[in-house]
Parts: sequence; C-alpha cells; structure tokens
Amino acid sequence: MTTFRVNGQDHDLDIDPDTPLLWVLRDELRLTGTKFGCGIAQCGACTVMMNGMPRRACVTPISMVEGSEITTIEGMDGPEISAVQAAWEAIDVPQCGWCQSGQVMSATALLQQIPNPTDEEINHAMAGNVCRCATYVRIRQAIHDAAATLEG
Amino acid sequence: MARIQTTRRGVLAGGAGLLLGLTLPFGRGMAQQAATGPFAPNAFVRIGTDDVVTVMIKHIEMGQGPYTGLATLVAEELDADWSQMRAEGAPADGQAYANLAMGVQLTGGSTAIANSFMQMRKAGAAARAMLVAAAAEEWGVPAAEITVKAGVVAHEGTGRSSGFGALSQAASRLPVPEDPPVKAAEDFVLIGTDRPKLDTVAKSNGSAQFTMDVYRDNMLTVLVAHPPKFGATVAGFDDGDALAVPGVEMVRQIPSGVAVYATNTFAAMKGRNALKVDWDMTGAETRSTAQMFDSYSAAAAEGGQTVEETGDLSALDGAAQVLEAEYRFPFLAHAPMEPLDAVIELGGERAEMWFGSQFPGLDQPTVAEILGLPQDDVKINVLLAGGSFGRRAQGTAHLAAEAAEVAKAAGRDGAFKLVWTREDDVKGGHYRPMTVHRLRAGLDADGNIVGWENVVANQSILRGTAMEMMLQGGPDATSYEGSTNLPYQFGASRIGWAEMENPVSVLWWRSVGHTHTAYAVETFLDELLAAAGKDPVQGRLDLLPGDAARERGVIEKVAEMSGWSGSVRGDKGYGVAYTKSFNTYVAEVVEIEDRGGSPHVTRVWCAVDCGIAVNPNVIRAQMEGGIGYALGTALHDRISFSPGGEVEQSNFDDYPMLRISEMPQVEVEIIQSDADPTGVGEPGVPPLAPAMANAWRALTGNRQYELPFGGGSVA
Repeated sequence: MTTFRVNGQDHDLDIDPDTPLLWVLRDELRLTGTKFGCGIAQCGACTVMMNGMPRRACVTPISMVEGSEITTIEGMDGPEISAVQAAWEAIDVPQCGWCQSGQVMSATALLQQIPNPTDEEINHAMAGNVCRCATYVRIRQAIHDAAATLEG
Repeated sequence: MARIQTTRRGVLAGGAGLLLGLTLPFGRGMAQQAATGPFAPNAFVRIGTDDVVTVMIKHIEMGQGPYTGLATLVAEELDADWSQMRAEGAPADGQAYANLAMGVQLTGGSTAIANSFMQMRKAGAAARAMLVAAAAEEWGVPAAEITVKAGVVAHEGTGRSSGFGALSQAASRLPVPEDPPVKAAEDFVLIGTDRPKLDTVAKSNGSAQFTMDVYRDNMLTVLVAHPPKFGATVAGFDDGDALAVPGVEMVRQIPSGVAVYATNTFAAMKGRNALKVDWDMTGAETRSTAQMFDSYSAAAAEGGQTVEETGDLSALDGAAQVLEAEYRFPFLAHAPMEPLDAVIELGGERAEMWFGSQFPGLDQPTVAEILGLPQDDVKINVLLAGGSFGRRAQGTAHLAAEAAEVAKAAGRDGAFKLVWTREDDVKGGHYRPMTVHRLRAGLDADGNIVGWENVVANQSILRGTAMEMMLQGGPDATSYEGSTNLPYQFGASRIGWAEMENPVSVLWWRSVGHTHTAYAVETFLDELLAAAGKDPVQGRLDLLPGDAARERGVIEKVAEMSGWSGSVRGDKGYGVAYTKSFNTYVAEVVEIEDRGGSPHVTRVWCAVDCGIAVNPNVIRAQMEGGIGYALGTALHDRISFSPGGEVEQSNFDDYPMLRISEMPQVEVEIIQSDADPTGVGEPGVPPLAPAMANAWRALTGNRQYELPFGGGSVA
C-alpha cells in the first residue's frame, strides 16, 4: 500500500511498487495532463511537482512517493502558473501540444525560484524539456513575459 | 450507415448538407426532428442555439494549425465573431472530408489551407446566406438590406438584430444555396490578421485530449514485441514469464510481432520485457550503414535513370573547372513527442477507433478488411496528435492495421489501447530514406556554370504502398523532388535517380525529398559560386530567369532582413539558402559561430512567400518550428545500423532532439501576396541545413558532405 497526496487528495493505492508515478497518475487516477514522451527522463513531458520541486514522473517509482505531496498540471495554483499560462496563451506557444504541460510546469518552477530569469537561466532551467515542434523561441519569450507580469 | 452515406453524397453533390440531406426525403415530420439539433448546412459547419459555431476540421491537428486556419476561413465568410468559433476533428468519411488536392481523406504535403481555401469559405458563405434569408423572412425585410458583422445579423431600417443561434432553427429549414458568393480579398476581416489559436488554452493547461488520454471501460493496454531486425519474423515464443506478471491478461501472435495485453501500461511493459520470442532471421537485413552506403554510392556513380534533362551535358567537357562531390544522408526517425498509439473497441459487429489518424481514407478500409466488417461499421474518431512530421500518414496503414490485428487476436469484444514506446518508435522503421547524392558541375573561364549533374540514390517512398499507383510505372519523384525543377539557369543539366532496394521501411518525413535535395543542391551551388568568386546572394539572383519574381522576392527580402554583406563578419559566418517546396518559396540566412570546433547557430532570418497569409501568426510559428526541427536534425540525428543489421539508436539519449539552449533567435517575414495560399507546415525546413553548412564553410573552410554535423562517422 502506498499513501500519498495528489492535488490535495489523499490516495492509498495497492500497486506494484516499481510502477512509475507517471503511469499511476495516468492509468489509475486518470490525470492525463502529465505526458509520456521517453520513459527515461530525457524529455520532461512528465514533469510534476513533488513536495514543491519539479520531478520526472516517468522515472519515479511509486514506492518513492510514499508520504509525498504530488501536484500535476491539473492541480497547479498560484501566481506563477497563472502568469505562465496567460503568457503561453498570449503568444500561442503550443503547436502539437504534447510537451506543453511539462514546459508549463518547468517554467512555473523556474519563476518560483528566479522571478526574473535571463536567457541563460531559462536555457539552463528548461534544457530538460524537449519540444519536437521547436516552439522554443516562444517558450523563451513567454517566460520573460510571465516574469514581467509577476513583477507587475 | 451505408444508407446515410449514400443519401449524403447525393445531396452534397447538389450543395446541400448533412442534416437537410437526411431529412428532406422524409417530409415534414423528420424536418422538425432535425430542427431540434444544431443548424448544419453542410458537413463542415454547425451552429447551435447558443451561438457557438463549430467547424468540423477535415485535417488532423498535429501542431500545424488547421483547427485555427480552417475555422478562420469559415468565420471570414460567415462574418462570425472569433470568440464564438470552435473546432472539432472530423471523423473518417472519405466522401465528405476528402483532401481536394488528393481525392482521399489525408493530411499531408502541406495542403490543408491550399485545398480547403475555397471549400471552407463556401461552407461559411452558405451558412451566412441561410441565416440572412431566415432573418429576412422573420423580419419581413429584403435580404439585401441585412448586414452581418462579428456574429450579429442586423437590419438598419427596422433596428432589428439577432445572433446566429436565434436564427439557426429557421435557417435549418431553408434550402442550401448551391454556389454562394464569397468575399473579394479586399473585404477580408479575419484572413491576413492574427487571432488566438483555438487549441492553445487546452494545450497549456493539460486538458487537451490525445489518443493516449482515452480510457474506455475494461480497456487493456497492449504493447507489441517487434522484430529486432528488418525482415525478421516470429519463429515462436514463450509467454510463461510474461503471463506471470500481475496485470498481464494474455499474449497473442499477430502479423507484426507478439502482443502483450495488460490491465495497465506498466504491466504491459513488464510483461513484454519478460516475454521470450524466438525470431526467424532467415530473411533479415544484416547490412551495416557503411555497407548500405557503399552500395548506394556505387549505384549513384552509375548514373541512375534520367528523370530530367536540359541541353547537352557534354558542355562539361570543355569547362575550365569541374567540381564533384558525394553527399551522404542517414535514415531519420520522425520522433513525434506522442509516440504512435491507437484505441480500438470492438462490439456488436462494429469497431470504433480513437487515434491521430492522418490518413483516414486508408486506415478505415484497412481496418474493415482485417476485421471483416463493412467499411461503414468502422468508425474512426480523429483526435489531436502529439506531432507527426509525416509519421502518422502511412501508405501502409500499419498502425491502424496493427491495432485491428490486436483486437482481432484477442478473440473477444472489448477495448484495446495499442501503445508504442519511444524505443519502438526510434527502432521501428518508416524512416526518411537514407540517400546518396553525387554532384558534378562545371564553370567556364568567366565563372559561369555551364553544366550540372545530380544523381540521387535512395528508396522509393511510394513503392509497395497504397499510393504506388500514383507512380504509374514511372520514377518516384517524392524521393528526389527538389533536385529537379530548379529555378537556376545552369546551361546543360541532367538529374538521375537510382532506385535502391532495402527492407528498411521508409516514409515521408517533414518536407520529404527536400530534406536532402535542398542540402545537396544549395551547398554545392554555394561551392560553385565561391569557386567563381561570386557572392552567395548575388550569385543566386544572377542565376534566376527574368520571370522568377517570387524566388527573387524571398532571396532579396532575407538579404535585407539579415543586413547581408558577405559571408564573414568578424567571428561570425553567414550562409544563405533558397528552396521552393510545396509551392511555397522560402529563403533563409543563418548566422553561425565556431565554439571550440563545433557549429553554434545564433540567428536565423527567414523570408516566406506562401501566397495569401491566412493566419500570419501560424505561418511564423511554422517557420520558427521548421527551423528548429531542421537544426536539431542537422546537428545530431541519424539512424544507423550495426554490422549485423540492428538499429543503433533507441531513445532521446542517443537520438537527441534540439534543446532550448541550441535554439537560435528567429526572425520571419511574410511576403505580401494575393496569390492563392500554399503550404507552411514543411517549407521552413529545407533551407536551414544548407544555409548553416554554407555559413560554416565560409567561416571555417570545412565542407560538410555528410549529415549530421555532430556524428558524421558511421559504423
């Protein structure tokens, strides 16, 4: 039995302890905003918050999640994600959209740590999130725009 | 279902629509019943009583923007307000939703806007005319005095006005105009301006529904063990350990491998890992990439069959200088971020599917044949796809076929989700064909090009697929397009094609033949201009005939944007390349730096002429994305084969994607035009790699005859 919280709700699941958090979120809890892209922590499409820090759900076995607080894109709240999503919408960042939950999660985590990041800091923080459509020009711009909004 | 389709076709031919078409033959009672649904004057437009206008989008949304683009065309002629527009993927229906450029329901060749441009406008105009007629009848005023603007139907004289929803029921009882007039270009309100994309919000908050997000009751997730080499087959298997994995329900052999069915994805993965398959390697391809290249190179040296010839190539014999080069391009995987997947549900002598079907026109009959069902009893819901770049448009319908085989082999009704992992995707074939180009050209004493020969050796993409008939026994132009029909005046020229046999499966990959032809042509041309002491921009312009206004337009524009003043400025190199692909003209300039011997692209300028720019924002996004897609590939990517014939790559660790730290600044300008719109999904790709190589040669003197830059060596 694994006990953990997801988006503010307690869960007790009797499940193979090797099961990656990604597949628990998707197959068991039907939180499908978190995506599968590679399964080896190379693309960031599965990024969630674990105890407030970004984490790749595809390589996080559920046994490691015991007692933790998980937040997926569906459960995110607060000024940073609101600013990020507003900036994403304002300049139409997504193309196919598959990676964008992970991009939004990583961008939100970045702005929580560094309110006004430079291009270099953005490159560093976002380098783990692959976008095959290469929407990177807009991701970079949208993070700057979100930072400007947050600074008010 | 068959009855409905027949009725619809008959009525659609006369310009009428779905609901009206179905109800007219049945008289008043049915008409009233129909009137309780949305107003649907044709297969594309539905207007609800809540004022919401839903456009059924016949092209799959995989990131290139057809949801927004085709809805824009309807909204323009309907004079709708953008906030009331919605988009929905149209299901498989080859009669209603065929690509008019191809005659079947298929998204590809960057044709979504081009083939839909008038069809969607007419669909919107018909709905508008019916709303106006309904208002005229209700208000007792002449239709000619009624205006429609931003979703409001109004009559100035009486002060009456209405939204679409309140008129929709009355409108649905009126005849559908056969050939409604459309606007003149100068009256466009939406076309040519930017507006929010319809799918952005759902794709920014995780709510967008893709295939992998579909969960049906009691659904099993299925992974298939595919052969480790191309041409290998299943000799036998031991499923004991697989079935011992909790959650694994069954294991079945299907034509493409051995399928493991489980109650969740991880159990299916574990079960497949535990499965023991004995592969029959008798027919397997065992050549390494180096061995394949040797045979391709030998075939190119023999000249291939002539596919285009101008003048007499013996002009090269008298040339003052002759240059020769051989180029090598690897197999490439598309690697869309959402790996291949499909959900199929069998029950009651019917099948229903949910997936990113890019070629419903072939997927539907293929599934029907495998399951022994009438085609109309196979319903395909076309969902958003997490990228494709050509991967989901399969001339063999292999993914839909595998899903159908999985369902059939289960031996019972139920829902099954077929999932390919990233490793399945990278190792699974259907690659951009590996290719050799052999080029030879001559300059006279004044530096003029007097002859040009290019021989391309690679596989046919269409051969062996449902589209082979398009070849009509001739050569497959998709394999060498972009080497022919060049605008440049080369004097004499000959283009040859050597068709190669290889059991490794191939497919079109974003910009198809142009992925390699643009590189070979535009880098070799650059070398010739350099040998003649000519500037890359002016040299290209000088080779254009007088009527090449659009070619000239994009080259001059990109030179202006980039402040072109030669190939080297300080510690930066600059390169230019031009390509026409999918009827769209694109020129790009790349700025490059040498960082410890490795190329680093810092800026890219792009000028594009795609006719009327329906959604400039989408066009810019496609150029930016195409540039990034091409850059990542040129820097990093190849699929190679070990001695023995196994694919050497497996995931993003050894088949790397471009990352944000490698993404240059990009500036895009769209040439103003009143020509019919042409494609934008692919044309941004081809010029990037040659422009980059030209900049790199100018800066460092290094010529790159093999891609990728980072991994030129092969096994």
